[in-house]
Formats: sequence, C-alpha cells, structure tokens
Amino acid sequence: MNKLEVVNIQKEYEGSPLLKGISFEVNTGEVLCLLGRSGSGKSTLLRIIAGIEDCEGGQVLWNHEDMAAVPTHLRRFGLMFQDYALFPHLDVHDNVAFGLKTQGQNKQTIEQKVSAALEQVNLAGFARRSVTDLSGGEQQRVALARALAPEPRLLMLDEPLAALDRALRAQLQEELRQVLHHAGIPSIYVTHDQDEALALGDRIALLNEGQIVQIGSPEEVYRHPRSEWVARFLGMENIFEGKIIRLNPLTVSTGFGELEVANKDNKRLNIGDVVKVVLLSKDAEISDAKKKGTLLTVIESVFKGDHYRTVGKNDKGEKLVINLKFKTHPNEKIKVDLEATNPRILV
Amino acid sequence: MKNKLILIFIVVSFALASCQAKSIPTDEPVTLTVMTHDSFAASADVIAAFEQANNVKLVFLKSGDAGAALNRAILSKGSPQADVLYGVDNTLLSRALDEGIYESYESPLLAKIPTEFKMDASNSALPVDYGDVCINYDKAFFAAHNLAIPQTLTDLTEPKYKGLLVVENPTNSSTGLAFLFATIAEYGAEGYIAYWQQLKENGLVIVNDWNTAYYTNFSASSGHGPQPMALSYASSPPVEVIYAATPLDDAPTASLVGKNMCFRQIEFVGILKGTQHRELAEKFVDFMLSVQFQEDMPLQMFMYPVNPDASLPDVFIKYTQTPDHPATLDPAVIAANRDQWLNDWTEAILH
Amino acid sequence: MSANGKSGRLGRTLLWLIPLAFLAAFFFLPLGKILATAARSALENELGLSSFKQALSPLWFTTWQAALSTVLTLLLGLPSAYLYSHYRFRGKRLMRTLTTLPFILPTVVAVAGFTALLGPRGLLNLGLMKLFGLDQPPIMFMNTLWGILLVHVFYNTTIVLRVVGSAWSQLDPRWEQTARMLGASKRQALREVTLPLLRPSILAATLLVFLFDFTSFGVILMVGGPYFSTLEVAIYQQTMSLFNLPLAGILAVVQLLCTFVITWIYSKINGIRRVPLMPRLEGEILRQARSLKEKVALCGMNSLLALLLVAPMLALVLRSFLRLAADQGNRGSFTPGFTLQYYTQLFVNSNQSIFYVPPVSAALNSLLFALLTVVFSLVLGTLTVYAIFHNQRSQRWLDVLITLPLGASAVTLGLGFVITFNRAPLNVRHFPLLIPIAHALVATPFVVRSLQPALNSIPTSLRQAASVLGASPVNVWRKVDRPLLRRPMLVAAIFAFTISLGEFGATSFLARPETPTLPVAIYRYISMPGELNYGQALAMSTLLLVLCGLSIYLLEKLQPEGMNEI
Repeated sequence: MNKLEVVNIQKEYEGSPLLKGISFEVNTGEVLCLLGRSGSGKSTLLRIIAGIEDCEGGQVLWNHEDMAAVPTHLRRFGLMFQDYALFPHLDVHDNVAFGLKTQGQNKQTIEQKVSAALEQVNLAGFARRSVTDLSGGEQQRVALARALAPEPRLLMLDEPLAALDRALRAQLQEELRQVLHHAGIPSIYVTHDQDEALALGDRIALLNEGQIVQIGSPEEVYRHPRSEWVARFLGMENIFEGKIIRLNPLTVSTGFGELEVANKDNKRLNIGDVVKVVLLSKDAEISDAKKKGTLLTVIESVFKGDHYRTVGKNDKGEKLVINLKFKTHPNEKIKVDLEATNPRILV
Repeated sequence: MKNKLILIFIVVSFALASCQAKSIPTDEPVTLTVMTHDSFAASADVIAAFEQANNVKLVFLKSGDAGAALNRAILSKGSPQADVLYGVDNTLLSRALDEGIYESYESPLLAKIPTEFKMDASNSALPVDYGDVCINYDKAFFAAHNLAIPQTLTDLTEPKYKGLLVVENPTNSSTGLAFLFATIAEYGAEGYIAYWQQLKENGLVIVNDWNTAYYTNFSASSGHGPQPMALSYASSPPVEVIYAATPLDDAPTASLVGKNMCFRQIEFVGILKGTQHRELAEKFVDFMLSVQFQEDMPLQMFMYPVNPDASLPDVFIKYTQTPDHPATLDPAVIAANRDQWLNDWTEAILH
Repeated sequence: MSANGKSGRLGRTLLWLIPLAFLAAFFFLPLGKILATAARSALENELGLSSFKQALSPLWFTTWQAALSTVLTLLLGLPSAYLYSHYRFRGKRLMRTLTTLPFILPTVVAVAGFTALLGPRGLLNLGLMKLFGLDQPPIMFMNTLWGILLVHVFYNTTIVLRVVGSAWSQLDPRWEQTARMLGASKRQALREVTLPLLRPSILAATLLVFLFDFTSFGVILMVGGPYFSTLEVAIYQQTMSLFNLPLAGILAVVQLLCTFVITWIYSKINGIRRVPLMPRLEGEILRQARSLKEKVALCGMNSLLALLLVAPMLALVLRSFLRLAADQGNRGSFTPGFTLQYYTQLFVNSNQSIFYVPPVSAALNSLLFALLTVVFSLVLGTLTVYAIFHNQRSQRWLDVLITLPLGASAVTLGLGFVITFNRAPLNVRHFPLLIPIAHALVATPFVVRSLQPALNSIPTSLRQAASVLGASPVNVWRKVDRPLLRRPMLVAAIFAFTISLGEFGATSFLARPETPTLPVAIYRYISMPGELNYGQALAMSTLLLVLCGLSIYLLEKLQPEGMNEI
C-alpha cells in the first residue's frame, strides 16, 4: 500500500500567498481530483509535489519519507503537462521510451514496454510518427503513454483533456479512467471541469483561495457542499436566503415558497434562524394547479438538448434557474414544483 | 518614443555622411591627389603654404605601407587614382619603374641632391628622404651588464649576445627586408644564409612586424621586453627623446652603425602616368624637394632630408648615429633576386 | 506575408533580390575584378593548377587551428551561456558588456594588453620569477600556438555567449522539467533534450567563430609570429610583399571555396529540421543562485571569464594611466607613476601635423560608421532570413552566399574595392558610405545567424492566429514576429556595431585620412617609437573601449518594457 501525503504546503507567488497550507493524502489505486479555478495554484501544487518547484513551507511525504531530500529525477512521480510537452525533436517512440532509457533499461525491454504503452492508449503503429504531425487527441495519448511507460509510483495529470472537443473528451475520459484504475497507482487529476472530476475521481478536493475547502467522495461533496463557493463551483446556481419556520420536518421559508430541507448535519437550528439554502439539482416540474408550487415569471428558456434551461423570477425579482422538459416563453407565468431539487441548508 | 529618436538620429547621420561627400569641385581651387604610404606626415602650415601659393587643394590618399601603396598604383595603372605617388623606396624601386607607373620629370632641385640618393637615371622617381634601418640597443642594459657594443654583423653571432637580438620577418616587414639586404651586402648572395643560421643558433628572435619587435620584445621601449637589441630605425633614438613622457637628458637607445650593419632606405616621389594636372604635380614634386618641406620632414616622418641645404633639428643631430658604411644594393639587383632571396631565406630559417 | 496577389509575389522577390544585388555589387564585383586580374597575370606567367598545391600546407594549419580555437571557445562559452541565461547576479550587465568588448579591440592593442599580462615582462611572469627565483620568464606567450588559441578565445567567446545565451534564455524550461520527471538526471536532460533543442543556435555560433578563426590575420601575424602561416597571412605576403598576385589569387580562391563548403554543410545540417518552439518571455527562468554548488559555479565561471577576457583589457587600461620609468640599468624594475598625460596629449597636435586626429572626431567617425553599419546589416540580414524562411530549398544558396564575405580574404577584397571603386563619384572620397557598406558585408552574416534560429522557431500558429484576428501581413510581422525577434535583433545589432567599431582591415584600405576611425588612429600612434606615442595609443584604446561599452549599454536599454535582462 503506497501513500502520498501532502502536509501544509505553503507557496508564495510574487509576494502574495498562493497556497496557504494544503494538506491531503492519496492512496494506492485512488484517483484524487483536484478541482479549482484557473490560476488557483493547482498546477503549481503538482509541480511542488513533483519537485520541480520549491515551496515556502510544508512537506511532501511518500510512504512517510520526506521527499525534500530526493531530487526530481529520482522521485519516480509521473507528470502529464497540460499541453503535453512532447519533445519535438524526438518521434513518438523515442518520446515514450525516454523515461525507460533514463532508467537504463535494455533495448529489448524498452521496445516491449513502448509497444505495450502505445497499445494501451490505442496508438499502436504510431511509433515512428513525428509528434508535431499528430492531432490533439493523439498527442495527449502519447503524453499519457510516455508518463505511464516508466511505471511511476504516482501519476499526476494537469488538465490533460482541456484542449479537446467534447466527444473526444468523453471518450478519453472513459479510457483514462480505465487506464488509471488498471495502473493501480495513486493519481492526482487536476481539472476545472466538475463533470470530469465527477467522472474520474474517487475523491474530489476543491481548491479555493489557496486552501482545500472541501475534500470527499463525489457523492459527499455533491450532496453536502460545505460552502456557497463549493456549491457554485459544482454548478449549483440556486442559492438564496430563507428563514426556518418549522423544525420537524425542517422547513425553510424562502422567496420561492416554503421548502422542506433535508439536513443530515444535525446542526443546532432554531426556528427563526436565517440560513442559506442551496438547491442541489435544477430538475423541476410544472406543477398542477391544485398542488403547491412556486410562482415564477419566465425570463428566458434555452434549449439544451434534453431539457430547457429556464430562468424565472419571483415577484421580488429574485432569479431561479431550473431545467424543464418544455419550452416556455418570456413573461409567461408558470408554477413549478421544487421538491425534486433537493434543497439543503448550507453550513 | 525611444525608437523614433533613434530613427531620427540615423536619418540625420545619413544626411551628414552624404553631406561630407562633396561634389567634385569644378570651380577653383583645383585638387591635386597625392598617394602616399601610411607614415606620410607634414605640418599643417607647410601644406597650407603650398596650397595657398599655388591655389590648389591637396588631397592625400593614404594607402597602407609602401608595398601596399605600390600595389595599388600598379593595379590602377590604366586609370590612376592620384596624380603623384610618394613612398616607394629603393627596395621596391625597380618594380615600380618596370611597371612604368611614373612620368619622367627633371626637377630643377635635383641638381642639389647628392648622387648617392639618385637611383633612377630617367628621373621618373626622385629621392625625397632617406632613413637608415639599424639595430637599436638598450644603453642601460649594456652598461649594467658591462657588455661591449657589437661593432660588426659578425659580432652578433658571439655567445655573449645570445638571445639578445630581435629582428622582423623580411617577408612581412620592410625593416626586416632591409636588414636582410644588409646581410646580403655584407656576406654576398652565397654566404648570407650561413650567417643567418649562425644568428639563429645564437638565439635570434624573429617576429613578424615592427610593432611586435619594438613594443613587445625591445627592452628600452615602453613595452619593456626581454631583448636589448631590436631592429628599428636610426631615427628611433631621437624620437624616443622627443616623445618621452618625462624630459630625458640622454636618449635611452642608440644605433649599431658598424659596416653594413645599417641599410639605407631611400624614399622616392614620382608623377603618376596619366595625370591630368601635370603642372601642379611638378610643382608639388619641387615642393617636396624644397628646403621648407625637407626641414619639416624629420619631426613629422622621422626620415632624413636628401636636400643638403635643409638643416636637421638639434635633437636629431644629437642622438642620431650616422653609419659610415651603410649597406646598399643596386635596385636592379634587388628587383631581380628579391623573391628568390625571400623564398630561400624562409626555407632555410623558418622551416 | 500573403501568399497570393501580385504585391505578395513582388514582396517575396524583393526579399532575396535586394540582398543579392548588394552582394553582387559590393562583394562579387570587386572580388571578381581582382581575381580576374590575378588570373590574367597567372596566364601570362603560365601558372598552372599545380600552384594549388602551394595552398595545402597553410590550408591544413588554418583549418586545424581554427577548429581547435573553436572548440576551446565553445568550452568557455557554452557553460557561460548557460549560467548567464539562467541566473541573476550582481554585476551581470557589466560582465556581459565587458565580455563583448574584446570583439572590437584591434589586434595590435589586444596584443599590448596580453603582453602586459602574459608577456616576458608581464604581471604573471614577473610574479612567477619573483616567487620561484627564476631569471628567465617561464611563460612564453608570443610566437606560440597557445598564444594564438588564447587570443582567439579572448575575441570570440562573446559570440557564443550572446548567440547561444539568447536562445537558451528563451527556451521553454518545461522540456527540461519533463525530462527530469521522466527520470533524467540534470546531465541527461541537458544531453538528451536541451542541447538538441538548442542545436540551431549552437551551430550558428560555431560557424561564426570558426569562420572568424579561419580568416584570422592580425592574431596569427602578431601573436603567432613567423613560424605560423595561415591562408590569410600567406595571401597578404604574396600580395603585399612578393607581388605574386596570381598565387595570392589562388590562395584566396581556395579560402573562398573552403568557406563555401563549410557554410553549405552548416546550412544542410541546420535545414534538416525546423523545430517549432514556443519562445518564452525573457527573464522567465531567471533566478538567484541558491545552493552552494550554484554559487560556486557562478563565481568560478565569472572568475574565468574575468581572467581570460577582462584582465587583458584591464591591463591595458591601467597601463594607459601609468608612467613606467625604467630604472637606469636595472632590467625588470620600474617605478610606476600615475599620469593623465597620455590622455591630455591626445588632444594636442604636438607637431602640428596635418593628419592629427582629434580623438573626438575619430570617435564620432567610428560611431557614425558603426550606426550606419547596424542599419545596413539589420535590413539586409532581415530580408535574407525571411527570404530563406519563405522558400527554404532554393534560397539556401542565399544563406551560403551572404556568409561568404566572412571567409573572403580581407586583403583581396580590399584590393578589389580599390580597383573597382576608384572613379568618382563611386570612390571613397565622394562616397563615404563605402566604409559602412564594407563593414556590413561582414556584419550581415552575423545578423542572419542571430535571427535565423529565432525565426525558425516561431510557431506558425501564432502568425495564423494573428491573421485570423484581422492582422494584415505587415501587421502580422509587426505584432507577432517583431516582438519575438526583438532580442535576437538586439544581439545582432550589437554584433554589427562592435564589428564596425573595431574594424581595421577594410577601413584602412578605404578610409580617408581626414576622417579616420579610432582603430586607424590607434594604429598610427603605436607604429611610432616613443613613450608618449605608445601611451596615447593605449589611451585612445581605452577611449574606444569606453565608447563601445557605453554604446552597448545604451543599445541594451532599448529592450522593451517589462523584460528583464539576461
């Protein structure tokens, strides 16, 4: 069982703090997705773990051994850069073989492993191609093969799919997931796309303002976002204030009606408390005239393939974003049932 | 903004540079072009006096050393770049005459000049000045080591002078060539190689040019080198006095003037064939032979006047050692054998 | 540049037409004329092809001394380039300027500086003699091979430092990081990744250094002495002394052929692969030295550079302030006194000579010619690299041709100039621009070598992006190419400037005595005996060094805002 531990990493960038004490751990076979905005320091963190950048404080431990004493080229951590950084002066084969050559492996072994790696990423037969001729998807696969071929102890991927189109991304996500789990080594996958994090990560860590604001399995994080920032980052757009009016069942009175909230955190809540409510989902239905519902005036309705993203407002002008199955028109008055949206109180 | 300033500066420079290219003067005064070697120098007022007296503008075309200047004149024989050529010396004279670059001119001032300087019967090349190429020695060194001053060329092969002499390569340096001729004058064309081999066995240092010999190797110059004897000019000791940093009461060096130890270099002027300004050219030649120019010469070019009426500055008289028997060779002989001698010498001594 | 349209095509044609016309008029024409004269003479004297054999011996020596000098220069220059492109340290800009100054020093002055350090009475020998009680100077520098090599390294290290250093500072650090992540030690990463990616600029620097050493004249003549003879020295001797123009012509042709072959080979190696590299911003990879190892390396390298490159210049600068009165009779002991005499004398026309050169005039002349050279060579060089860039295959010959002047004999070319440009209005008196033109012939290959690697590594995608965003071809050049080429252009400009400032050979052929340049004036002083003359030569050399140093410093300030210096 191998474990990477990152303890209280601090990093300054041009005088101001970038990472303010990052701590987490990744175990064998686990994929940790690091989610955060562009510029939040995710790539820098990877580089610190890799040893190609220094930090102002903190430790990187591998199986409890401090990596400060180990130079980059001996750590055997794999890093796949965002724009692949394929060596332009070497062809595909030599790129993939690079890590094997530095390990001093003999020619036969290298040939074997390179072929295997290229097969694994579905690029068999590309060995002698020039890397500058490849498409984006092919380059990404070469980069992955190159990172995997020397059998690193830890694999880090820095937004590897960012430059690809959606269909390719979806396909490669699937392939990546298989490869990562097949490899069985701890992996850190950096992305700013929450769907990707959901698809690939065994755990998700959210990075904001230099700190990990929440870390947990995708279900945990999605169902129990700990802050408004996390909720918004995960795509939840409906966050508004309300007042607790009943404790059992926990009900909050909001601008969009009285909502029953499931709150498993067991926080001590009292009637009359002003809380923030977040709707975990946007799925809503047009409600029967007889049933309870929220009155909204439609502002816009955009077709999204399998639903219509509808923005509506209540009589106070507060906005609500829901996914409906039908098209609605601006200024149309609708009544929606918000039960399915899974409201939750934000702590 | 910075870039614009630079652009303006460049344009202005361009304009200035082109402005310096004056149009060919078609109005008075006429221009007389004189091609010289790089060592040519004269006082501004002496030149100005000539220009004013003759309503002429003198333009000097400095063309490298004597050999380079001659080369240039020969190459542009068909359409000469100047009206007068000054600076060909007796080692190059025959070649110049054979190429026929001059026009003959019998200056009235020739009558004054001693015959020893007149080497061209056709008077195409007229002597202007002379200088002796001599070995200079460091007086202080010789005194401190109680060394006797070498009196003959043969003396230089004595062990007590081992490693003390530096000369220049005759193929590259006119002083070196002059010394080579001196040894040929002394030992003949058959014996000079043997002499040089003896010199070589006695630790002779050979360098390629006068600069190196004088300023890197010579001990009495500002370079403070290791050799107390260096091949230079008889005019070098007085020049050391004139251009001393602090006033000296004695010259630090002197020349070795034994028989055939010095070689007499004579420099000539001639009107270039095809000149458009023959009359003015004649006047200039006369001017160069006149007392006024001849007396100006020593302090400017460190050469000695051929005109006996011209008086030498005191410092020259005081510190020049004049050889009684300077080495000379017939220019025709030089012309016939020069290349052969140089090749033989290079073969024997440098290889 | 737009691929379609008549104006595009015309533009493309002009790209190679202008440099070619320049070469034809100012290089091939004079060269052709002098070689024709030589050939005519050869036919008259019935010199056959067997004369070519005479070129073999000097050719052999010329080649191997140039190769050895180049290797030594790379040994000093490459590690320096690495350190200068990766680290910041105090005094860096000063050191960088100082290491460029040797380039402009006329040989005769460089020899004076080295003699002061390493000559028989130089500091080193005097020290060793005192230390070990010797009576003969143990170190012989003049008339030796290693003297030649040393002075060559002294002159040419700056080429490697600047050309390779500039490229290295713009090399994406992620290649090396990736390599290290894949298990390569620092040395492996350097060997497998960095150096191959730097190859274009390393090759360019090597070519320039080699050609300079190949055609070296003053150094071989003065430092090597009579026992060493290269092609250039032999050409000089045959022309000026032995008046054997035919043989000189043959040697010149051999030299030219060699240059042609070498440059052709270089061009082939270089053109094999154009590796697009996204150039980084200047200063992105600069940092302070932190570990002890780094500090020691920096210190050591700078000390070595200071010793080999700066010390000789410092020696001659110091000497220009010293009055060394030899104690009477005592060889080897002097009482030095500080003096400004040599400097004040510069401004005095002591013998009222008509050819007296006020130092300010000489300096201004030098500066003017240098600036004009920069303009000419930048324009020609830029046109050439773009011509090559747009049509690699058939324009490679242009690259070779433009480099030929570097390998042409200065003596031969000078004579060619003399017989070609000897009639008004095309003679030097009425067309002083001939001098910067002659300098530009030598400077343009430098510009091409500095710009070419940089131009080849600009990713096409950048230009295409600009185009799509609405930039016309001219604007693409202005907005994409020019900023990315700014640094190499600066390097090129500095080279052109220093080449012109220190040029002596061609200028002495072409100069008018009323407007000499500083090197010509210096040579005049040092060709006469007398302490004052010697001292004034050194004083004027110091002025030349200061002038050049200031100019380089100002030129470097032309860098755009926000970019740190390397």
